[in-house]
Amino acid sequence: MQLLERQDMARQDPKKRRSNFDEVALGYSHEQAQKEASRCIQCKKPSCVPGCPVGIDIPAFIKSIAEDDMDGAIRELKSMNALPAICGRVCPQETQCEEVCVLGRKGEPVAIGRLERYASDHEQGTMEKRGIEQPETTGKKVAVVGSGPAGLTAAAELAKMGHSVTLFEALHKAGGVLVYGIPEFRLPKSIVQSEVEYVESLGVDIQLDTVIGKLETVDELLDEYDAVFLGTGAGLPVFMGIDGENLNGVYSANEFLTRVNLMKAYQFPDYDTPVKRGQRVVVVGGGNVAMDSARCAVRLGANEVTIVYRRGEDEMPARNEEIENAREEGVKFKLLSNPTRILGNESNWVTQLECLNMELCEPDESGRCRPVPLEASEHLIDVDVVIIAIGTSPNPLIPMTTTGLETSKWGTIIADEDGLSSKQAVYGGGDVVTGSATVISAMGAGKTAAAAIDRYLNSKEL
Amino acid sequence: MPFKILEKFQIVPTIHQMMINAPKIARKAKPGQFIILRINETGERIPLTIADFDREKGTVTTIFMEVGKTTKQLSTLNAGDSLQDFVGPLGNPSKIEPADKVVCVGGGVGVAPIYPIARAHKAIGNKVVSIIGARSAELLLWEDKMKDVSDELYITTDDGTKGHHGFVTDVLKDLLEGDEPISSVISIGPAIMMRTVAGVTHPFGVKTIVSLNSIMVDGTGMCGACRVLVGGETKFACVDGPEFNAHEVDFTLLMNRLMMYRDEEQQALENYKCERKGCNC
Ligand SMILES: Cc1cc2nc3c(=O)[nH]c(=O)nc-3n(C[C@H](O)[C@H](O)[C@H](O)COP(=O)(O)OP(=O)(O)OC[C@H]3O[C@@H](n4cnc5c(N)ncnc54)[C@H](O)[C@@H]3O)c2cc1C
Ligand SMILES: Cc1cc2nc3c(=O)[nH]c(=O)nc-3n(C[C@H](O)[C@H](O)[C@H](O)COP(=O)(O)OP(=O)(O)OC[C@H]3O[C@@H](n4cnc5c(N)ncnc54)[C@H](O)[C@@H]3O)c2cc1C
Ligand code: SF4
Ligand code: SF4
Ligand code: FES
Repeated sequence: MQLLERQDMARQDPKKRRSNFDEVALGYSHEQAQKEASRCIQCKKPSCVPGCPVGIDIPAFIKSIAEDDMDGAIRELKSMNALPAICGRVCPQETQCEEVCVLGRKGEPVAIGRLERYASDHEQGTMEKRGIEQPETTGKKVAVVGSGPAGLTAAAELAKMGHSVTLFEALHKAGGVLVYGIPEFRLPKSIVQSEVEYVESLGVDIQLDTVIGKLETVDELLDEYDAVFLGTGAGLPVFMGIDGENLNGVYSANEFLTRVNLMKAYQFPDYDTPVKRGQRVVVVGGGNVAMDSARCAVRLGANEVTIVYRRGEDEMPARNEEIENAREEGVKFKLLSNPTRILGNESNWVTQLECLNMELCEPDESGRCRPVPLEASEHLIDVDVVIIAIGTSPNPLIPMTTTGLETSKWGTIIADEDGLSSKQAVYGGGDVVTGSATVISAMGAGKTAAAAIDRYLNSKEL
Repeated sequence: MPFKILEKFQIVPTIHQMMINAPKIARKAKPGQFIILRINETGERIPLTIADFDREKGTVTTIFMEVGKTTKQLSTLNAGDSLQDFVGPLGNPSKIEPADKVVCVGGGVGVAPIYPIARAHKAIGNKVVSIIGARSAELLLWEDKMKDVSDELYITTDDGTKGHHGFVTDVLKDLLEGDEPISSVISIGPAIMMRTVAGVTHPFGVKTIVSLNSIMVDGTGMCGACRVLVGGETKFACVDGPEFNAHEVDFTLLMNRLMMYRDEEQQALENYKCERKGCNC
């Protein structure tokens, strides 16, 4: 059999996309999808499937695409993954399903993510809603807290099992990081919206503007519901604890991205929420969050956007594709550099960032090389906006207001492999349990917990 | 989930009272807490303190002053209209503990949020002395309500059109110098006023609480927009506050951070005024 090359996916021209928020990756054409699908050799024992945290039958859905049976492809995807249009776009495939595809041993792996995206977008395009079979109702009530990928998945699964599900979300839009963090040009909000609508169509009652721990506590929810799933994410921004972090113009990535994405500050003044449009922007950090912030800053019109990261490029946790996209858009990388101080003027505006050069030494317990500062290497960079993207931790609001809910020293909720917390009938999953991770792992956790909740509810009946 | 406006009127020029149907929030609201609202899809999220609530009727009342685009737009809404979003109760409630004598100091629109706090102190039997101030008599609000919940009420106006001619802090200083010991002072108003209050009480060593109005987005501890410096430590006003020990607050930082979007706010307001006039500028 003649081996085809992996199909490239068209992307918006870097010069153009620097000034718009439209999606960068444009997806496969019908022909490309057919070609790419035909590359999959339909392994009898597919090595790709265990690479997918939700265990999608990858060869089966690809086969359907190859046969132009799009309904079949979508059915296959949706049976394991409630949000394929999202995962196809943002999963770190290179470290998951595609990393272990057999074709990757000799050449390039099958573009599983792009095909997943293609199939889901096809469905969105036709706007045909899958006929949803209404399961028999069990009469059991479950409260799901947080509408990120973990919560949406848990809610969808539980609803499909016939439980009556209410999903509580603190913000005014459902989707978690998918709506407030990941920018439009990487994940169009209309896609998140239609996935949310799908979850609603399963009968899930979504209550927005509801902060659990304030409006109602978890203990109060338990009076009304038979079980609770906590999918509240890791949304508390971490600052560096250096001088000058409270200067005007210094943002947490969460604030910057929330203003830009959720509140649509890039459309100010049509939308009311402002954001400072810096000319010289520095983003501190090396993950997806840092790339997203930098690329938003480019689109807001900055002359110069620089990523300051204390390790080397190989150590950057961001997806390679996103690093490359950022670079194409003109983002500069200042590696092996660590901020030590932020300086400002008399009216409290940030003016400069002081950095130290770093050197990599032997790997630390996380397996990455530990950066060590080089003595007397302090130097200043001129800036007018600084975005701190060095990580987040779970919000303590719920643990603080719930009796008997144990957390780790990092503030994550302690849960067993089923997602059961230290409190009866209370489950958790996603970033709130693992700390910042991925969309698909959060979904996997939501799904596992939903199955465990179902077993628990059934056993309660006996 | 739109939230219906049940009542809305101007109390004094540029300051409005608005009652919202929000039974769940009303059930949980405590003095000192706030809500965040958004008028419509394109709107900004703005925090307003809960000035009153009625658990039975399921209503929450806020008082707001027209200062920029959002509050001006809010002032054009009427009973029967709805707000797109109304989230709360946010922030920590005031600590209402038995005390001999509590002084409540409210300035400008800050009189409204001080009211439920004064009422709560009164309800547990504390002696409540209130000082309320405004720029001018016509801008003074909730005098009657404050009278109802205070053992003593002092009024000040900057221009002398009512009560003491001067600032709330003048009266506060007199009280502090008086014979009767003061257990604590709680003050809500413009940042500059709260800073002055802190300065006045500090030499007397009287515990002083202020409610900080830093710029907020989510109000749940997720963004850090609201960060303030208290006792040398960075705190998030929305979840760690909004009330803090006044003697530890870095007011200069607070006031500087409140100015962060001055240019954008100006632009938004001008656009809005144009829009309303229907001109094409
Ligand atoms: C900018 C950015 C880019 C990223 N890029 C990628 C990527 O490319 N690929 C990838 O796989 N992962 C990426 N991630 C990580 C991924 O988004 C997260 O791991 C994932 O969203 C976690 O899902 P979750 O459901 O656990 O929590 P979240 O998505 O954080 O959702 C939690 C939800 O709970 C709500 N909530 C919190 N507290 C309460 C409460 N008390 N009451 C009610 N609701 C509450 C929050 O408002 C939020 O909506 C990125 C993250 C960020 C921030
Ligand atoms: C906890 C808290 C409680 C408050 N309670 C009241 C109240 O009971 N009554 C009242 O009249 N006002 C209150 N405020 C202030 C009120 O939120 C602002 O006046 C309002 O946001 C201004 O919006 P605007 O668009 O009309 O004005 P803008 O032109 O946008 O801003 C005018 C000024 O208001 C402040 N401000 C702007 N945006 C925000 C924001 N998102 N969050 C906080 N402050 C902002 C800034 O200092 C700004 O310079 C409170 C603020 C906080 C933080
Ligand atoms: S969900 Fe993610 S990991 Fe699983 S097959 Fe799709 S892209 Fe790969
Ligand atoms: S491992 Fe690769 S080639 Fe084999 S079934 Fe999976 S995607 Fe197809
Ligand atoms: S308003 Fe976002 S953390 Fe306080």
